[in-house]
Amino acid sequence: MTNGITNLLQELSLSNQWIVLLPEISLALLALVLLGLDLFGKASMQAILDEFKFKISLMGQIAILALLLIGRDSFNQAGTFLFGGLVEQSDQTFLMRCFFILGSIFVTVLASRFLSKANLPKAEYYHLCLLACAGFMLLVQSAQFVLFFVSLELVTIAFYILVAFNRSNALSLEAGLKYLTLGALSSAFLLFGIVLLYGISGNPNLEGYTTLGFQFGHLQEFIHLNADNPIVRVGALMVIAGICFKLGAFPFQIWIPDVYQGAPTPTTAFLATSSKAAGVFVLIQLLQGPFLALNGFLIPILSLICMITILYGNIAASGQSNVKRLLGLSGISHAGYLLMGIIASFTIPESFVAVFFYLCLYLLSSFLVFGLLVQFNQEEEDQLEISAFRSLFSKNAFLGTMGIIGLGSLAGIPPLGGFIGKLLLLNVAFQAELYWLIGVALVGIVISIYYYFGWIREMLKEQESEEQAIAISFESRIIYGFIIALIVVLGLIPGILISLL
Amino acid sequence: MDSQLLFSAIWVPFIFGSSLALFSSKKGSNAYKWISLAGSLWPFLVAWYLFFQFEDGLQGGYQFEFLQSTGLDSLGIYLHLGLNGISLPLFILAGTVGLAAVFYALHSHADRIQLYLSLLLIMLSGLMGTFASIDLFFFYFFHEFALIPSFIMIMIWGGVARYAIALEMTIYLTLGALLSLVGLIALYQQSGADSFSMLALSNALAERPLIETIESNIFALLFFGLGILVSLFPFHSWAPKGYSAAPSSAAMLHAGVLKKFGLYGLLQIAIPLLPVGALTWSPWLIALGLCNIVIIGMVTLAQKDLKQMISYSSVMHMGYAFLGLATFSVLGAGGVLLLLVAHGLSVALLFLLSTSIYKRFATFDMNEMGGLGKIAPNLSVFYVLAIMASIGLPGFANFLGEFVIFAAIAEQESLRWVLFVSALGIIISAIYGLRSIGNVVFGTSEKYKGEEEFHSNDMKLFEKLPAMLLLGSLMIIGIFPKLFTDKANRDLMHLYGNQEMVLEETSQLDEYQDLKD
Repeated sequence: MTNGITNLLQELSLSNQWIVLLPEISLALLALVLLGLDLFGKASMQAILDEFKFKISLMGQIAILALLLIGRDSFNQAGTFLFGGLVEQSDQTFLMRCFFILGSIFVTVLASRFLSKANLPKAEYYHLCLLACAGFMLLVQSAQFVLFFVSLELVTIAFYILVAFNRSNALSLEAGLKYLTLGALSSAFLLFGIVLLYGISGNPNLEGYTTLGFQFGHLQEFIHLNADNPIVRVGALMVIAGICFKLGAFPFQIWIPDVYQGAPTPTTAFLATSSKAAGVFVLIQLLQGPFLALNGFLIPILSLICMITILYGNIAASGQSNVKRLLGLSGISHAGYLLMGIIASFTIPESFVAVFFYLCLYLLSSFLVFGLLVQFNQEEEDQLEISAFRSLFSKNAFLGTMGIIGLGSLAGIPPLGGFIGKLLLLNVAFQAELYWLIGVALVGIVISIYYYFGWIREMLKEQESEEQAIAISFESRIIYGFIIALIVVLGLIPGILISLL
Repeated sequence: MDSQLLFSAIWVPFIFGSSLALFSSKKGSNAYKWISLAGSLWPFLVAWYLFFQFEDGLQGGYQFEFLQSTGLDSLGIYLHLGLNGISLPLFILAGTVGLAAVFYALHSHADRIQLYLSLLLIMLSGLMGTFASIDLFFFYFFHEFALIPSFIMIMIWGGVARYAIALEMTIYLTLGALLSLVGLIALYQQSGADSFSMLALSNALAERPLIETIESNIFALLFFGLGILVSLFPFHSWAPKGYSAAPSSAAMLHAGVLKKFGLYGLLQIAIPLLPVGALTWSPWLIALGLCNIVIIGMVTLAQKDLKQMISYSSVMHMGYAFLGLATFSVLGAGGVLLLLVAHGLSVALLFLLSTSIYKRFATFDMNEMGGLGKIAPNLSVFYVLAIMASIGLPGFANFLGEFVIFAAIAEQESLRWVLFVSALGIIISAIYGLRSIGNVVFGTSEKYKGEEEFHSNDMKLFEKLPAMLLLGSLMIIGIFPKLFTDKANRDLMHLYGNQEMVLEETSQLDEYQDLKD
């Protein structure tokens, strides 16, 4: 008996291959280095140090991304038993990890301008941003509910601080408080659901009971045999509710406008892209994994959520004039379109391609739009109205192009990449025969044209008075120009990205 | 080689256009004019070169095929280009109107003219692509490619209330485009074809026809989606507003060429591929087509604004095309094709002339105009001829198109009544056409009232050249329709003539030949 346990432990410890998590570990180390710089750096050198912190954080992340891409085989061991089944890797998780590093690189770039403009401490922001990124990366790889919850909390707690980072701003504090209370509520939902599932799957009276109810694999087998059990259903629903909070899907979307408006712009961008992407991916993983057998029960519920989410997001956004609220509300509708792909993934496994493509383009286009907000000289971005963008195109043609391309891609206008994303989603929805959802999505897209084009229209208006032109630095031009080119090229030759999948 | 040329008709204007947008030229330099002229001349030359290279095979089908993967292979989407007898005339139409529009824009004194020209060239590249696409995805894609610049042009250089109009037009047209996109995806998914190309779809549908209800649902999506894009009654309200707000060259390209996309889609794709669905919806085709003719015709009568009148009349003439499609015969389809080309040329010409007239009178209100004959004799001649062409005077291509459509309707006993109602349209268009000639060309204008001497202010060379190009093409097609009909016949027969119908049509075609000679 003792021998058996020793063997088991030995086997488990052999599966602890730390090398596969090297990128995440390096991110955490990089975060510590940043804190160290703050701790040991001389106060007199603060100005130089600030610049240095940004450089080190940016270069470090680029290096880690390069490391991940080059050493793909060693950091991505698909199908291997890792950390006693805590971690499971696949090509999909690999892509998501790259996606999150890219997302946090973008956020770092946004933050460098924002923080110096608002005169806020630098190191802590970069530090938290890196930790949240590592948390996202662990989250998508977790194949067990404990690691799942812990990495989710790592992300959420980092976000509690990031949202309230601008402590001198009342709106930022309000946003922080709202995010904290509702975030805690959603964590509670999630945890309660996990516990219910764990508890019921360990019930020896039920067929196929298991002591490893946290493991996705074992849970899947159990649920397959007990798909009609009401407690299983309630548990699954509560887990999904917790994730829907991250996504901003319908009944859990209420925090979005206030938090998006109040949070510092880079945080808003982080919430809008990486946080949403994590929710989408985790939901797909759960639905194709443990909850697969519940499809008959979950598809109608998710379809309803999807329809309301699309309509709610678009209708609420169409009356908004505050740009950050508008982006938040329109982000809800994007979550709705993504849910359509998620529902299709029950029957059409290739849906992941469509969802991932959509996420990538959403990341790129949102980054352009948020970048535009940060470039504005106005200090209080949370009060930025659409009318502030009037005749942007004649003030600065580059910023105008940024806005038009970014918003056009969000609206899904060909030949920009966002259109291909929508096309792929509609295509999988057709294959999965979700005709009602397609109809609602069409209505949503048409409404979204109204507010996105209303914004573009404002940018194209003629200059009424001679206001000073808005300047943009050369480095920013290169970064944003590259993203603009990427969005256009991905629209014309989407194969570049699709062939990765 | 020829297929590479076909592709170049798309990318040359695109590259030239985007380079105009990216690099600003020095003040006083004329380089941008030469670049935009070259960018628009190239597709025109390619279109005509390909016209003469087009072989009159027996089987019909696509020529100059060009196939290139863009990475969407898994969805069955390829960049697949080619021309057949139906798309060739429209391809040439796009090249011709494009050249005229760009040439006219060169001298338009717009602000930021370089951006304006660049958007026109990008729009042109999309138009060339739409009619050259065999792949349905790219067919749609290039259409949107051409549509977006037109919105931006209206927003920047448009007339009164341009922001509201541009937004309305954007929403309307996006709705139409999305409906047709969904229809196309549905068609692809249901047919089970392995690629999005028209050829693969028609093969797949020939092997496994769809269930009737599915077919009629898909047809409804395409019909209403494309119908919105063609300003089918009651979805037409964007068109008159949009065209009257649009700057002239954009209106020329949009009304002349881009709007033909919807009817081309019905003619080339929807009706041949979904004949049963089309038959189910044919009462709607006829009813709405008649509404276009009669109701919009009445509205046109009431217009005092010259540009509004032209816009409404262009909406009205689309009604004939719907009627022609509803006959489901080779003759009717041929008439529609002729009418599309003819109407594209004539409406572009009218928009061009209306701007030239505006420059003389500084108003679009026809009641305040008058005496153009004395101020600008050449312009008056052009205007009179253009109106005559548009209301269907024999000798111009429009006449032939409408005549053939009427002949096709008369062929079918059950549709005789349609003939009588639609004949009203001829009277209506004669009334507003002749009245506008009376108002504009004769009499005296408010502006010049009281002045003893008229300052002669006739057409400049830059106005004459594009107008002559358009008018000349109209007359050539009007006199030698054989140019296009010979090439189109085989494809129309292939798409519209089922076995029994072919027999039926041969006798009609003889008449048709006589008619042309």
